[in-house]
Amino acid sequence: MFISVSDASREYFFKDKGKTTALHKVNLEIEKGEFICLLGPSGCGKSTLLNLIAGFDKPTSGQVSINGEVVLKPSEDRITIFQNYGLLPWRNVLRNVELGLEAKKIPKKERRRIAEEYIELVGLSAYKNHYPAQLSGGMQQRVALARALAVDPDILLMDEPFGALDAMTRMSMQDEIERLWQEKKKTIIFVTHDIEEAVFLADWIVIMTPSPGRIKSIIKVPLARKRDRTGVDFFKIRDKVFAEFGLKDTVEPDYYL
Amino acid sequence: MMNILKKAVKAVVSISVLILIWELFVLTGRFEKSLLPSPAVVFTGIAKMIMDGTLFTNLKVSIARFLAGYLAAALAGVAFGLLLGWNKKVWAFIDPVIQVLRPISPIAWFPFIVLWFGIGDAPAVVIIFIAAFFPILLSTVSGVGNVDAIYMKVADNFGIKQPGLLFKIVFPSAFPHIANGLHLALGSAWVFLVAGEMVGAQSGLGFMIIDARNSLKSDLVLAGIIIIGVLGLLLDRLIRLLENRIKRQWGVISEERN
Repeated sequence: MFISVSDASREYFFKDKGKTTALHKVNLEIEKGEFICLLGPSGCGKSTLLNLIAGFDKPTSGQVSINGEVVLKPSEDRITIFQNYGLLPWRNVLRNVELGLEAKKIPKKERRRIAEEYIELVGLSAYKNHYPAQLSGGMQQRVALARALAVDPDILLMDEPFGALDAMTRMSMQDEIERLWQEKKKTIIFVTHDIEEAVFLADWIVIMTPSPGRIKSIIKVPLARKRDRTGVDFFKIRDKVFAEFGLKDTVEPDYYL
Repeated sequence: MMNILKKAVKAVVSISVLILIWELFVLTGRFEKSLLPSPAVVFTGIAKMIMDGTLFTNLKVSIARFLAGYLAAALAGVAFGLLLGWNKKVWAFIDPVIQVLRPISPIAWFPFIVLWFGIGDAPAVVIIFIAAFFPILLSTVSGVGNVDAIYMKVADNFGIKQPGLLFKIVFPSAFPHIANGLHLALGSAWVFLVAGEMVGAQSGLGFMIIDARNSLKSDLVLAGIIIIGVLGLLLDRLIRLLENRIKRQWGVISEERN
């Protein structure tokens, strides 16, 4: 198994109030190249689980391993994309994308070439000398994507990456991430609370529920890509997910208009 | 452009009104000439100082002292600020000492400054240094302490280690804070430049005022005061311009807002 989460729990201890369990004995196996969505309401531990896989945080019990190695700290092999982009406002687009390449000690010319290649990939060549404050939210997230892909990680971890974008921009970014995933063959773990987003993107939807955060079920999405957001099959899967969360009325109406 | 024009009109109006009130007080004839010289006399004094070169000679000396003290304070304040802001444990020990030293007027140190540094340029430079050092140090420490957690996460993720972390992430992220401290320090350093020159120096803008007082020329005292005020304002505007340019570059303030 490529990514393996076994019996991972994350508890937070407070001096006066005892503890809260953000994540309770989670088991998850992910194959290389899969697109996984962690879906659930706030407090279900989906971001906590992502942080454990990223190595920003450690489980209080159990473990996360990748390629058989236990995750102890962050690595440039798995880059996290944040909801608020995490771009450095004092660097322009080009220099932001170069950030990870600098740490890898790649020579300046090569760095520039790679950065320009990935800026081109996300369609921002015309903006490479702009600063983040001059770009729209969707464009900033494209820059963050280019910066992540530039260091050629095996895994992309995305923490509600499109949560701050409007509905239209969200959909075009979903198309974009699917295209990049197919082109670059990355393993993607994508946290979201948007059911349609999960159905559109995921090979597998991991359904999580809160207090304590745990995995309720895992749903396979057997739809061919590129998926039709208005198709009948799409709605069938979507209904199934709704039902998992208890959001679907089980009483059938007596008549239809 | 219209904004600048409107502002300029307002400034001219308010200063004109101030001079008018001043002239009215003089016209009442209830004040001795030496106690309240008239605007005309004072402006003649300013013109004279400019023409005979006293202003320029003294200004040169003052600016040189000011730059020496201020730049030394900027270098020391930013360097120590980065180190101490980063080492929170060390800062916890240093902070109480700083809090005791900070409220002391630099002038209070004057007796010791003369004993340690002698007379001449040094006392004024040291006083400017003290005046500028604390605001720069404190704003740098707070800037370093307020680096957005997400930048640190990003740096961690891409494997950026020291010293890259300090120069690529921490310093630039703290820079708007630091620029603000540099701006504050400039104001207080200018105030204490004059004070320092009034007690210790034989040249400079502060000395110019003391010299005029000693020869009982109250018009020249007032002329000196006005010159110091105007120069202080110009200096402040200059650094504000720089600060805003930096902040725009850093994306702290957006292009449109100007």
